[in-house]
Amino acid sequence: MSDLNMLNQVRAFIDSEADMLDFEDYQGWLDLWTETGTYIVPIDPQESDFANSLNYAYDKKEMRELRVARLNSGEAVSTQTTDKTVRQMGRFRILDEGAAFVTVRCSMYLSECRHGNLKTYPADLTYTLKKTDNGFQIEEKVIRLQNANAYLSSIGYIL
Amino acid sequence: MTDLINIKNVAADYDSLIMEDKVHTSIYSNPEIFEEELDKVFNNTWVWVGHESEIPDVGSYKTAMIGRHSVIVSRDRKKNIHVLLNRCRHRAATVCEGKRGKTKSFMCPYHGWGYSLDGALRAIPKPEEYEGVINKEDYPLISLRFETYQGLIFATFKEDIEPLEDFLGGAKKWIDLFVKQGGGYPLKVLGDHRFRFPGNWKIQLENTTDAYHFPIVHKSFVSSVDDQTAEIFDFLDGEGHVEDLGNGHSVMVMIPELVDLEKDLDAPIPERFQALAEELAAEGHSDLEVRRMVRAVGGSGFNLNLFPNVACSMAFFRVLAPVSVEETEIHHVAIGGEGAPAAFNQMRLRLHEHFQGPMGFGTPDDAEAWERVQKGSKAGKDEWILVNRGMGNLKESPDGNVSGAVCSETGMRSAYQYYKKMMTA
Ligand code: FES
Ligand SMILES: [Fe+2]
Repeated sequence: MSDLNMLNQVRAFIDSEADMLDFEDYQGWLDLWTETGTYIVPIDPQESDFANSLNYAYDKKEMRELRVARLNSGEAVSTQTTDKTVRQMGRFRILDEGAAFVTVRCSMYLSECRHGNLKTYPADLTYTLKKTDNGFQIEEKVIRLQNANAYLSSIGYIL
Repeated sequence: MTDLINIKNVAADYDSLIMEDKVHTSIYSNPEIFEEELDKVFNNTWVWVGHESEIPDVGSYKTAMIGRHSVIVSRDRKKNIHVLLNRCRHRAATVCEGKRGKTKSFMCPYHGWGYSLDGALRAIPKPEEYEGVINKEDYPLISLRFETYQGLIFATFKEDIEPLEDFLGGAKKWIDLFVKQGGGYPLKVLGDHRFRFPGNWKIQLENTTDAYHFPIVHKSFVSSVDDQTAEIFDFLDGEGHVEDLGNGHSVMVMIPELVDLEKDLDAPIPERFQALAEELAAEGHSDLEVRRMVRAVGGSGFNLNLFPNVACSMAFFRVLAPVSVEETEIHHVAIGGEGAPAAFNQMRLRLHEHFQGPMGFGTPDDAEAWERVQKGSKAGKDEWILVNRGMGNLKESPDGNVSGAVCSETGMRSAYQYYKKMMTA
C-alpha cells in the first residue's frame, strides 16, 4: 500500500529532525529546509495569516540561521539553563499529497528540564514537505503549542 | 501553664525596608508584603487595562487584571467604553474568559444571568422566584472608574483618586512622543506575547529603566543585528539619561536621536530598513510618507515606565500582572499603525518577534536574570538590593526633574520612593 509507504517515509524524516534538535545538530537541521521555508510558532492556534499576525516565531532562512548562531554562540544565558530536551513525535496523518508536496500533521510531546524543573510542552505540528530525489525538505513547519494562547515561559531551544 | 507564643509577623515597617539607595530583599518574597501591595498599590491607583484599539467596534471586549481582580473592558452599542468587574452578581462566576473578541452580551455560564455590553443585567432565567426579592436594575456588573489618555485606558478602584492626567503628570509629554511611532497612523495593538517568570513583579518593574544590564544580558541579541544597528544599541556611552517624572514614573532615554520621531525626517535611511523603504515607495507612498514610516518603524528611543503596571517600552507596551509573591505575568503588546501599509506593520511584527516573547532573542535572557534575582535574593539573612547607581552624579533636567546617567538607577529610586509612599499611606 503506497499510502503507508509515504506515511513511513514522512515519519522517519520527522523523527530524524526531532533527533537533530534534541541532540543539538543544528547545522544538520538548517540543511533540512528549502530556501523559502518558514518556521512558525503561532500564538493563536486558529490563525492562518501568519505574516500579518504576531507569532512567537516566524523565521525565514536568515532568522533560522541567526537563531542557530545564538544557540551556538554561548552568549545567551537563557539557552544554557535548559539541560536537555526530549521530544516524542506521534499520531502522524497525511492531510494532503500532491506531486511536489506532502502535508502531514502530527503530535509532539516535548519535555525540558530547566533549572532542574521538568516541564512539558505538548503541541500539534503541521509540516509541508517538499518531495526531492532523496527524501524531503521542509517548506513550512507550524508548531501549535497547546498552551500558546495562555502563557509560556522562556524557551531557550528550537521547538 | 504555658503561654502560646504569638508567631504572627509584626507588620512590615516600610520606612526601614525602603531606603533612598537600597531596598530590603524581603520585599521580593514576603507573602504578607505581597498581599498588602495588592491592596495598597494595585487597588489604590490608576492601573493600565488596555489600549482603545483593542476594542475598536461595538461589541469588542478584552479582559485584563487589576492586581487580582479580573476585569472586562468593553465597548457598548453607543461606542462608549466600560470597565466592568468580571464577576457575576449572583454567585461570582466570571462571565467572560476570552482574551479579546466580539460579543453581543456576557452570559454567566453558571445559572445563565445575561449582561449587556455596558454591564446592565438584562436576563434572568426563570425569574419568578425573584419577584419581590430583587430588581434587575440593582445588579449590573460592577463598573469601575476609568479615564483615557492618548488611547491608553486606565481604571481604578479608588473613587476619589486624582484625575488620570494629574497622575500621569510629567509622563504625558513622553506618552505624546511614544504615540508618534505609528508612522503617521494611529497606534493599533497587533497582538501580545504572554509570558510568566518565577519572580516578584517589582523585579520586572525595575527592569524597564535599567540600561545597565543591556550590553551584558542582551549580548546575543546585539550579535544578531547588523553593525549599524548594533551601534545604535550601544547606548551606555551615549548622551542618554534617566529622569524621575514624579508619582513613580520615569523615563530612560537610550537613543536621543529617536526621541521625537517627527524630527529629522531627512536623515539617511538605515541599512536594515532600506528594503522596507523601497517596498513602500514602490507602493506609491510619497518620499515624506516613506521617511516618516521608516523613521518610526523601530520604535521610540526611550522606555517610559508608568507606575505600577505598564511601560511604553521603545516599540511596545509591557504590562505586568502580579500573580503571586514569586510569580509574575508579562504581556509584551505589539503595536503598529491602524490602516498603515502591510509592509510597515509586518516589519513591526517581525522586529517584535525578534526580541520579545518567550522565543525572542531578548526576553528569555531578561527572564533568566530575573529568575536568578529571585533565587539569589533568598540567600543571606538580612541583605539589601542596591539601587544607588549614579546617585552622586545627578542633574536637573530641562523639565526641572532629577536626572541621572542613562545607566543610573534613577528610575528605580523613583518607583521605590512612590511605592513606599503608597505602602505607608
Ligand atoms: S453565578 Fe452567575 S448566574 Fe449564578
Ligand atoms: Fe532587558
